[in-house]
Amino acid sequence: MRVTVIDYKAGNLTSVLKALRHLGAETIVTDGDLALVEAAERIVLPGVGHFQATDRLDATSLTPAIRAAIARGVPFLGICVGMQWLYAGSSEAPAQPGLGHFSESTEKVPHVGWNSLEVRTGSRLLAGVEAGEYVYFTHSYKAPVTADTAATSYYIEPFAAAVERGNVMGVQFHPEKSGATGLKILSNFLAWKAGGAE
Amino acid sequence: MITKRIIACLDVHDGRVVKGVQFVDLIDAGDPATQAARHAREGADEIVLLDITATHEGRQTLLDTVRRTARELFVPFCVGGGIRTADDAAQVFDAGADKVSVNSAALKDPMLIDAIGRSFGAQAVVVAIDARRDPDAADPVRDAQVFVQGGRKPAGRRVVEWAREAEDRGAGEILLTSMNSDGMRTGFDCELTAAVSESVGIPVIASGGAGTVEHFVDVFGRGKADAALAASIFHFGVSSARSLKEELARAGVSVRLPC
Repeated sequence: MRVTVIDYKAGNLTSVLKALRHLGAETIVTDGDLALVEAAERIVLPGVGHFQATDRLDATSLTPAIRAAIARGVPFLGICVGMQWLYAGSSEAPAQPGLGHFSESTEKVPHVGWNSLEVRTGSRLLAGVEAGEYVYFTHSYKAPVTADTAATSYYIEPFAAAVERGNVMGVQFHPEKSGATGLKILSNFLAWKAGGAE
Repeated sequence: MITKRIIACLDVHDGRVVKGVQFVDLIDAGDPATQAARHAREGADEIVLLDITATHEGRQTLLDTVRRTARELFVPFCVGGGIRTADDAAQVFDAGADKVSVNSAALKDPMLIDAIGRSFGAQAVVVAIDARRDPDAADPVRDAQVFVQGGRKPAGRRVVEWAREAEDRGAGEILLTSMNSDGMRTGFDCELTAAVSESVGIPVIASGGAGTVEHFVDVFGRGKADAALAASIFHFGVSSARSLKEELARAGVSVRLPC
């Protein structure tokens, strides 16, 4: 299993790389080599930090390269800010557009800690995750619950803990820091193949 | 539902876990990587490694310890001790830490909090505060003082005010240690923890004094803590995070179970 991990210089990648390698994946890191995105078998966009940092994806032309990869059916997983980037934008940096794959935007809600998931049936990313399993969150912005929401969590109000439509997936929590539950989710992503359930 | 976190803390000196009472009389308590893995396996929600070596040669030992500890750890991992610059922090993150905790260096140069937060995000910056009540003050809690150098020297700052400034500068969490109760197993300082918790919007981790399950129930209730740190309670097989959390759940505290 080969995974291309996008480095946009926001926070550190060490934990995500470590977890992917632990699961047997070969990791390739790029901060702007478009050929590596064009050849990618699957893509992970990690992210901790400020939404504004995603402007680097535009500056390096990674945004159109990722858009093209998604259109080719390459499985894509955005983590935390990487998930928020899949939406139209964030009130954290109103002038900075996201990918717009999902049409909504993210709004402020500071939330740190372990919280439980309510998984919607049919999610391939979250297959095998039971209702009430806990994952680790640390974020200040959240996405609303919509038809594409794969799991919700509750903090002040329900929000999208995971989003999934076809080959495009995002998690607001940190699977690389969520113990056995998180590793199961990353493992599902690594096993994801076009054309239905495993 | 968001849970209260139980954080296992390892005090590390020259690459070994140690435990003392009020930061002196250290005794050996094992290998950090082994201990961290065991705590995670036994249900700890997070691991904090505090390096108390403080020598220049100790830096490389620490980075090696962090690397070994992080390798197979898939819960949040915070490292503190001797982080004086944003470069020091970058090295610790590169070795596999998710958060750094800064203490005396941030008091000396508060811009350090801003600098690490800007580069790595607020979630990666924990400001650790060693607090001591001022028994002679009109309000021992509100006037509690920040101490540095392992609790030996007053920093000339009030605890509540410093916590608020840390938040303003971009800290993601406050780790509040009561020097009065550290290692004593007589309970957390709930009044001081509540005073800090009510003054900031970020999570407060209570530390110092854990001895019984009741102490944890108390600090999550009366103390308004989001998380609690425990070291001595877990060492030498006294208890595990899992059994502690099972008892907390029975007492009505929301915790991550099963874990």
